[in-house]
Amino acid sequence: MLSDITLGQYFPSGGVLHRLDPRAKILLLVGAIVLIFCAFNFFSLTVVVGLVIASVLLSKVPLKLYLKSMKAIIFVILITSFLNLFYGTGEVLVQWWIFRITADGIRNAIFVAVRIIFLVMLSSCLTFTTSPTDLTDALERLMKPLGIFRIKTHEIAMMMTIALRFVPTLLEETDKIMSAQKARGADMESGNLIARVKALIPILIPLFVSAFRRAYELAMAMECRCYQGGSGRTRMKQLHMGKRDVVAFAVFAVVMAGVILCNILL
Amino acid sequence: MSVLLRTEGLSFTYGINTPFEKQAVKNVNIEINKGEVIGVIGHTGSGKSTLMQMLNGLITPTDGTVYLDGADIFENKKNLRQVRFKVGLVFQYPENQLFEETVRKDISFGPRNMGLPAEAVDKRIRKAAKFAGLREELLDRSPFDLSGGEKRRAAIAGVIAMDPEILILDEPTAGLDPMGRDVLLEQIDAYHKSRGNTVLLVSHSMEDIARIADRVLVMYKGECVMLDTPKAVFARSDELEQMGLRVPQITKITTMLRDMGVALPEGILTVDEAFEQICGILRKEGKIC
Amino acid sequence: MEFIQAENLTFYYEGEDEEQPNNVKLVLKGVSVSVRKGEFVAVIGHNGSGKSTLSKHMNAILLPTGGRMLVDGIDTNDEDRIYDVRRKVGLVLQNPDNQLVASIVEEDVAFGPENLGVEPSEIRRRVDSALKAVDMYDYRHHAPHKLSGGQKQRVAIAGILAMEPDCIVLDEPTAMLDPKGREEVISAITRLNREQSITVVLITHNMEEAVDCDRVIVMDSGKVLTEGTPVEVFSQVERLRRHKLDVPQATELCSMLRGVGLSFKELPLSTDECVRMLSEVLL
Repeated sequence: MLSDITLGQYFPSGGVLHRLDPRAKILLLVGAIVLIFCAFNFFSLTVVVGLVIASVLLSKVPLKLYLKSMKAIIFVILITSFLNLFYGTGEVLVQWWIFRITADGIRNAIFVAVRIIFLVMLSSCLTFTTSPTDLTDALERLMKPLGIFRIKTHEIAMMMTIALRFVPTLLEETDKIMSAQKARGADMESGNLIARVKALIPILIPLFVSAFRRAYELAMAMECRCYQGGSGRTRMKQLHMGKRDVVAFAVFAVVMAGVILCNILL
Repeated sequence: MSVLLRTEGLSFTYGINTPFEKQAVKNVNIEINKGEVIGVIGHTGSGKSTLMQMLNGLITPTDGTVYLDGADIFENKKNLRQVRFKVGLVFQYPENQLFEETVRKDISFGPRNMGLPAEAVDKRIRKAAKFAGLREELLDRSPFDLSGGEKRRAAIAGVIAMDPEILILDEPTAGLDPMGRDVLLEQIDAYHKSRGNTVLLVSHSMEDIARIADRVLVMYKGECVMLDTPKAVFARSDELEQMGLRVPQITKITTMLRDMGVALPEGILTVDEAFEQICGILRKEGKIC
Repeated sequence: MEFIQAENLTFYYEGEDEEQPNNVKLVLKGVSVSVRKGEFVAVIGHNGSGKSTLSKHMNAILLPTGGRMLVDGIDTNDEDRIYDVRRKVGLVLQNPDNQLVASIVEEDVAFGPENLGVEPSEIRRRVDSALKAVDMYDYRHHAPHKLSGGQKQRVAIAGILAMEPDCIVLDEPTAMLDPKGREEVISAITRLNREQSITVVLITHNMEEAVDCDRVIVMDSGKVLTEGTPVEVFSQVERLRRHKLDVPQATELCSMLRGVGLSFKELPLSTDECVRMLSEVLL
């Protein structure tokens, strides 16, 4: 169902990764992404493979779900690695007209494909193991230092929170409006492209009107609850970095050292 | 009286093969006659909204079917759009579907979808607006500038303009104040009387139902548990209350008095009726003249 | 002790009729009402009678055009104390969908106290006790959009309750609910009034909800039509009918019987009262 979107991809399986502080998970993900792109040779890439496999296992999320999230970008992976095939110098393996495939090119193609796959696996791992609310919360706290650059971190987080809250409501409403217009004989299934776009007007306009009305009422409700922006606000939920998080950072440091060593020595 | 709408083993199950699987409507077999006003009651989640949406083909049943004028409406999916013109459905809070620049254009949406010529559409608009009690000058205003009650009536006019054989209204008075509610119910009643078509009125308000329905359909846990005259249905007020439904206060009062031994008939629905009956008893006993 | 006091309040929406400045429509035309601490007051009237507008003055969401509004002695026009007013008087709105901010129930309830800068452990305590008070504690980890209307509205009430106000004003909280949700909400606020002696102002057009309160104020076209105890108000059957307002059927029936010569000391409001009184005459 569309309205299950608030859960996002969250898969509450109770794995170890679920219990990590969401801030730690975000930082580790950023670190891991850097590592993925820093792994220059097959050996260091193997170390990263180990990291990814470990994360997937620890998340206790079925591999099927990871593969599913891969499906959406399989096209991107194919295109980028295909293009990479033709870059590179060195020994020419196949030559046809202006196209030339080198050993270097093949290596590049594999690296690119593997990197993108790992990137998606690790990001999915974060969203599988962290609820959207926790993510928003962690992002707000991590972005706080950006406040000195006059970036409105609290407002951004508030917008994310409200979006999470209202997307399912608006989806439900879209459903209702569509049914109501269908009951008046709206035809959304036939006709050419222009006719179909036109057929959306009776749905989009009521949806916008309702979204604005909701926004107005929500603003009033927030005022009633003494909302005055981010200053002076406290939070009920406190995030604590615990032993688990320290261990996670330590493991990550070891992996990082491994990658660097492999890069330099091998 | 001839049967206009008939359901046979009508059932619907949500989310088949998922953990959320739920049977919303179970084996409903009803016959609705031409020109009847049917009140539909049942608490939220009793399956009444799903049932209504199957009657005009918006939801395809998982089992059973609907016959309109003897023809299975789900036999040919291509005809479903035609069915929706014959079975007009007004959703709850229908004002949320208004979208055109003017009320006139909005009301014309249905008739235009039917492919009627401009002249006929115009006629339909004026007729529908009159039925819904919208003053002529409101027609060229933006629907978003109308008052709450007017918006509601404009939206209902949008369905009436399709001139359906059966008009289904899903809680048309929800959220209206007592005055708006009375006006709207009177309009629906007047429309029904002059057009002579079949009306299905879904409502939480037993008072509303008691006022205009010929027969009452009670839905409970997806099943049709009663379909009878208001008198007969409201006479079973104990059962209704067990289903979490509330009978009109006046019905409850007279039922309680009847149980105590006062010679009142079953299923009194309006204050006027109760007043007449009690006056009759008092007169007989010489307590009033 | 008057907790909320409106003195000759007038109000109109600015910029509504810019083309016809003479055509300014007064929504409130000199309203003077008061609410005592611990009272349960119902305000009834049609849409457009000004009852909603009045309720929004009680926590300084709207400020009077003329006259003044005092909340616990604070003039709502005093800009420096606007949040004091809102902390004392919480407002619950009609549409339960549009007043919940967070996608988890307990986090939504925490929103108010968080805005007030309350200590995290204290917020936790308030959230738990507010959710228990409206009987929604078991749903604290749920997503609001999966709840029924009555449940959502009770979460909204808990959200206000967590700010620990002296008074809760509810602007037609049951208008969009089914009978079951209606009952849940009314019994929750009745409990709050009785057990925690929170002052309650209930705006409604459903007179059944007004029957059990301490005092009823009837609004009509921007003015107070009448006020008094429920019995005093609903006994004016003819007058309310003339203004197209509902009267309990029990009251109406007995008023009609009074018209043909039966004498009742006072008119009944509830089913049981009516049955008792009529059985005395008829048996």
